[in-house]
Amino acid sequence: MALAITSACVNCWACADVCPNQAIAADSPVFSIDPLRCTECVGDHADPQCAAICPVECAIVDELGDPLNPPGSLTGIPVARLIELGLLRGTAMP
Amino acid sequence: MEHHVIGGCKSGGCGTAPDKLAHLPDHIRLKVQDHPCFSEEAHHYFARMHVAVAPACNIQCNYCNRKYDCSNESRPGVVSEVLSPDQAIRKVLAVAAEIPQLSVLGIAGPGDPLANPARTFETFRQLAEKAPDIKLCVSTNGLRLPEFADEIARHNIDHVTITINCVDPQIGAQIYPWIFWQNQRIRGVEAARILIEQQQQGLEMLVARGVLVKINSVMIPGINDRHLAEVSKIVKAKGAFLHNVIPLIAEAEHGTYFGLMGQRSPEARELQALQDECAGDMAMMRHCRQCRADAVGLLGEDRGAEFTLDKIAEREFDLAAATAHRREIKAGLLAQMQARRAPAQPAAQTINFMPKPTLRPVLMAVAAKHGLVGEHFGHAREFLVYEASATGVRFVGHRKADLYCTGEDSCGEGESRLDRILQALAGCEAVLCARIGYEPWSKLEAAGIHPNAEHAMEEIETAVAAVYAEMRAAGKLGRTARDQKVA
Repeated sequence: MALAITSACVNCWACADVCPNQAIAADSPVFSIDPLRCTECVGDHADPQCAAICPVECAIVDELGDPLNPPGSLTGIPVARLIELGLLRGTAMP
Repeated sequence: MEHHVIGGCKSGGCGTAPDKLAHLPDHIRLKVQDHPCFSEEAHHYFARMHVAVAPACNIQCNYCNRKYDCSNESRPGVVSEVLSPDQAIRKVLAVAAEIPQLSVLGIAGPGDPLANPARTFETFRQLAEKAPDIKLCVSTNGLRLPEFADEIARHNIDHVTITINCVDPQIGAQIYPWIFWQNQRIRGVEAARILIEQQQQGLEMLVARGVLVKINSVMIPGINDRHLAEVSKIVKAKGAFLHNVIPLIAEAEHGTYFGLMGQRSPEARELQALQDECAGDMAMMRHCRQCRADAVGLLGEDRGAEFTLDKIAEREFDLAAATAHRREIKAGLLAQMQARRAPAQPAAQTINFMPKPTLRPVLMAVAAKHGLVGEHFGHAREFLVYEASATGVRFVGHRKADLYCTGEDSCGEGESRLDRILQALAGCEAVLCARIGYEPWSKLEAAGIHPNAEHAMEEIETAVAAVYAEMRAAGKLGRTARDQKVA
């Protein structure tokens, strides 16, 4: 049970600072989560801390690869608008 | 008809009268006299730099996009490289050795400095040790301010800027989609309520500790533009030193919520009207350049590109010699400022007994350099805007020649630089510069903006007053349309 960081990451350090397990480290090209240390914050916090502070949609994913912060969930920009602007492909997104 | 007795300048922030800080107690004057972001006068002489040691943020603002980085961009929240505290100190010392006018180190992001407390305070601690003459300054969204107010005071950080866009959570919910608070992402009105509460409490705590606080507010038409006068009243009552209302920057290509959703930015005249409205209540800052979180140099002149990590890697500098050099240069600049203040300033003086002020006010743009009409029109990257009227000359703002971007090739939209300048100067009737070419001269005239290079190298206020007098003598000032109607 561990979360992972995708290439959407902007290397802002926010997640590394709040992780209760020191499971997140600066890495190249983006930060990474040590799957052996990550507990998804179970037992420590109600929500995984990295996903609760991450400013970028789709940067933190679960073991299935599903984003904890899907498109539109953080900026509030409607998905339809993102598709219209060509910032998101119009298929298979939640 | 109401007779205007001009006394507005007592608040100290409404004009460019060089001694406008005169009303302040000595200990505060000493604190701000060489801080370019807290003193309009100082920004002509002293330089500041920001180091980007604070990448993490704990709130989202609808005018910010954390994915953005363009070296051609000049606006808050944008940086080219994030530094560790050790790298930051190396950079500050390199800049301080080459730019002896450097008086301030600020930490402003690209995230929120207080969401990166260890990196932020370690940077300040090291600098205080190695270059104690450089003032420390921090900008924050305020969410964690109450938690760190004591630490800020302990580190001798005596200038803090809080961005306060509202005091009403309903308005806040339209600006902040979420905050990270007590281990949770909180959204909507509740998020705004907590943020506002923390900001206000933080402001009070800093004032109680003797820290000078400037409030930045982003003017967002249709959202908080009618609310900011109230914000101004409240923060002044709580002891804020200066209020800086800045215009929203929202372009679709920045990828921000406001940019993508078509939220418009305020026009220069709307910004000025709001600043004037707030000015009744407190000192207003009008010379803010909305700089990057890694800006270096005088305001409006970013030299950050000269001091990237790879460029300073090999540089050697003598700490003691640099400190001594800075001390000497700064003493010279302060003396220069003092000397310019000394003579009576007829142009900037307020006149208490004007016969009915029926001469209409005129906006003039100035291509300025070091406080003088000193820049070639074609070289000006920005224009300072002054309002001349029967009651004197006052600084009202600045207009960028290259709107937020200097990358002509990559960012141009087909219109020429000159066309953009003409747009930026809308509302101005004259433009004063040291020199100007034939082509811009004709285009300006065709656009109804009178180019004037006859006051090259003169003091700005004196030159603006002289041009106003010339316009008056030429019968161009007449009476205002309103007066004519009344008559």
